[in-house]
Amino acid sequence: MKNYETVIGLEVHLQLNTQTKIFCGCSTQFGREPNSQTCPVCLGLPGSLPVLNEQVLLSGMTIGLALNCTINSLVKFDRKNYYYPDLPKAYQISQYDFPIAKEGFLKVETGGQVKKMGIIRAHMEEDAGKLIHSPETKSSLVDYNRTGVPLVEIVSAPDMRSAQEAYDYLTTLKLLLSYLDVSDCDMEKGSLRCDANVSIREQGVQVLGTKTELKNLNSFRAVKNAIDFEVQRQIQTLEAGERIIQETRLWNEEKQITVSMRSKEEAHDYRYFPEPDLVPFMIETSMAEKARQALPELPTEKLTRFINDYKLSLYDAGVLVQDKNLAFFFEACVKAWNNPKKITNWIISILKQELNARRLTIAQTKLSITHFTELIQKVENGTLNNLTGKEVLTHMLDTGKDSATLIQEKGLTQVSDDASLNTIIDQVLAENADIVHAIKSGKENAIGFLVGQCMKKTQGKANPKKIGELIKGRIHNVSSS
Amino acid sequence: MITKKDVQYIAHLSRIHLTDEETEKLTTTLEDILGYIEKLNTLDVSTVKPTSHVLPLQNVFRRDLPRPSLSQADAIKSAPESHKGSFKVPQVIE
Ligand SMILES: [Zn+2]
Repeated sequence: MKNYETVIGLEVHLQLNTQTKIFCGCSTQFGREPNSQTCPVCLGLPGSLPVLNEQVLLSGMTIGLALNCTINSLVKFDRKNYYYPDLPKAYQISQYDFPIAKEGFLKVETGGQVKKMGIIRAHMEEDAGKLIHSPETKSSLVDYNRTGVPLVEIVSAPDMRSAQEAYDYLTTLKLLLSYLDVSDCDMEKGSLRCDANVSIREQGVQVLGTKTELKNLNSFRAVKNAIDFEVQRQIQTLEAGERIIQETRLWNEEKQITVSMRSKEEAHDYRYFPEPDLVPFMIETSMAEKARQALPELPTEKLTRFINDYKLSLYDAGVLVQDKNLAFFFEACVKAWNNPKKITNWIISILKQELNARRLTIAQTKLSITHFTELIQKVENGTLNNLTGKEVLTHMLDTGKDSATLIQEKGLTQVSDDASLNTIIDQVLAENADIVHAIKSGKENAIGFLVGQCMKKTQGKANPKKIGELIKGRIHNVSSS
Repeated sequence: MITKKDVQYIAHLSRIHLTDEETEKLTTTLEDILGYIEKLNTLDVSTVKPTSHVLPLQNVFRRDLPRPSLSQADAIKSAPESHKGSFKVPQVIE
């Protein structure tokens, strides 16, 4: 078998989080009754005229700038013509030769190195409607609520050389986009969609091979698996002496294969032409510059700042920055209580696991910054032990109550007065005379066992450090007061 | 040069059914129209600024503020067929 190189380019469609559609004032809310968010403009009724939503242009510019693109000074819209029932006008208003942004790049950490992936362009367009195939009525049912919801399509250069690189590009891109606040980036809701162009060529050959376009990729994992499958399929095709056919192939998640989608093969003749219903847009340098200055702090910048300002390790800072909500929560906590190291530990080793177990983001819980930092301080000053602290945190996440209330309600106050502790220690020492003897003859580590026994008797409510000290004092006949 | 094949292709893209007679007729009609437009190519436009729009307007926006939509009943009122609030169309096979 020959040595093949994989070449991948990705097209990402991002639904913007504007209030209204791109060319009309219909709401973009998700999950409403079918056809309850339409008007003559987005239904394409005769005589209606589209007007551009200003926020869409601003978001498009923000995305372009964050991807290091040049913002075109002249921006216009074009009609992309195709007949399909999800498109009421029989054309989609998109951008052809003057998109909002062009020629940028995204730095992606992949395979232990940073690779610069080219961005060919980012353009604005309207989404199509939703088609539900209804076998029982032998028809297709169309909901036009999504028609006209603003999209930005981000087209990468064919710079990725493996499914893993494609996966890493997508993860990095999604993280960047989440920091821009232009979309909820939710793949399950379809706010972020991805198509992959895949081809292979013999190692060392410059010309690109014939590509196939993979669609129906519903998760980043699906993108990776589909590319892996498709590369093998193309290799086998070439090795069998056959040719690759340029076509669209659908990913079948169940069977984990790509399947040719022949029905749309001629639909690629889109006959673009300028949209006469929309005037062109001139973007002054000052306008683009203003947008550049308004860019929020991007993930890589935040990472560096967390390391420098809070002295976090690269790993810890990375974990925080990977989740925008968590990164913001962390900084708010540090403002409330200036102890970044302790807060980081609690977030990464305890809070994050609790969130993962509940499949929630920090924003979806009832956890308040003050309650969280107060709790850590209670553990730090010995009011609560670690274990009880963790328990209080789980209740906090569920109820939103503060630690004082929860300690009261759940009876979690630490047993810390010497008298009660000594009573318990008396019992334990009496029950374990042999171990006491061993400790007296030098086996210091056996104290840990006795501490454990005491903790058991207090149902974990005691401070183990304090018990340890008391036991040590008792055994070695030193005053423990 | 417009051929019968071109017309059939465009008709297919537009989902229009043409009889042989219509195809024949449209082939010459389209050829005539293109010939007419060809005439424009003889004009000297070296001093004319290229444009994509006829109006001397640019940067027309609307603010991102919701406005009432049509009711579901009104939205599907003109549809030849509907089903539970959705437009009903011949089955599309994926
Ligand atoms: Zn509308």
